[in-house]
Amino acid sequence: MACINPDGTLTEVARRVLEAMARRGAAFAAPEEIATAAGVPLHRVRATVRETGRAKLIEGDGAGWRLTGLGREVLDLDEGSGPA
Amino acid sequence: MEHNTTGDYHIQTALPRLNALAPAFEAETTHGRLALEDYRGTWVVLFSHPADFTPVCTTEFIEFARMAPALKERNTELLGLSIDSIYSHLAWVQAIRDKFGVEIPFPVIADGNREVASLYGMINPEESSTETSRCLFVIDDKGVLRAMIYYPLTTGRNTDEILRLIDALQTTDRHRVATPANWRPGESVIVPPPRTVEDAEARKGLGYECTDWWFCKTTVPGPGPKG
Repeated sequence: MACINPDGTLTEVARRVLEAMARRGAAFAAPEEIATAAGVPLHRVRATVRETGRAKLIEGDGAGWRLTGLGREVLDLDEGSGPA
Repeated sequence: MEHNTTGDYHIQTALPRLNALAPAFEAETTHGRLALEDYRGTWVVLFSHPADFTPVCTTEFIEFARMAPALKERNTELLGLSIDSIYSHLAWVQAIRDKFGVEIPFPVIADGNREVASLYGMINPEESSTETSRCLFVIDDKGVLRAMIYYPLTTGRNTDEILRLIDALQTTDRHRVATPANWRPGESVIVPPPRTVEDAEARKGLGYECTDWWFCKTTVPGPGPKG
């Protein structure tokens, strides 16, 4: 999966996208908001959302996305292991 | 993509159609897995090149990289493609950075199974049965294919023309006009000919510069479109 490195850590873009969602807590964020908050181009956000959604790291309500419990775990682990 | 009984790929060589929705795809790229749908709201220049580590392609990549900021001003992203592997793409991009001092800012699709090349008719068997030709597709922010340029394997593309083409298309969208030969932003544009007597009469007071009733030009604001 392109959003996760072979060693299990998140890619730089995926980490920035998930961090932007983490900062919003339980609120759903639209891809456009995530792109602005993460400083990542919108097309990269959409790609990351698709892939991390498939991996159950995030969940959507049709208009926006937020981290799942698994997503928080992976992000915490990733931050604990240094830069991806 | 179709497979025959031996498992070989059958390459579709039919071209996509202008003003139809561009064929959808999802593919591995040097920036991760991307889908055309991800670019919704943004114009895209999708271009193919025959192979990595070839001199003409290298000059094109360098010029496309230099053009990228100007494209961004026009809400347009670059997306490259060849049938080489991700590892080959990464090595080539790194070689361009190391040898020419140019960072390649755009993703490059690794189309090893020729899925995207097939969708867009990028392989011309008369020229090469395996390599993608120098094809370039301009896809607008609604996913509609607006222009195609096909070059032979031997001729590098002209980035000035690509920018001019996008400026012309975006100006056409914004002002409902056409652009004459060799048009550049800031120059006069062509007003569509009238289709009724009423239209022909109505335009007399609009201040157009007319050579004949069917050949009128006007000016539009702004040096170039931004989106």
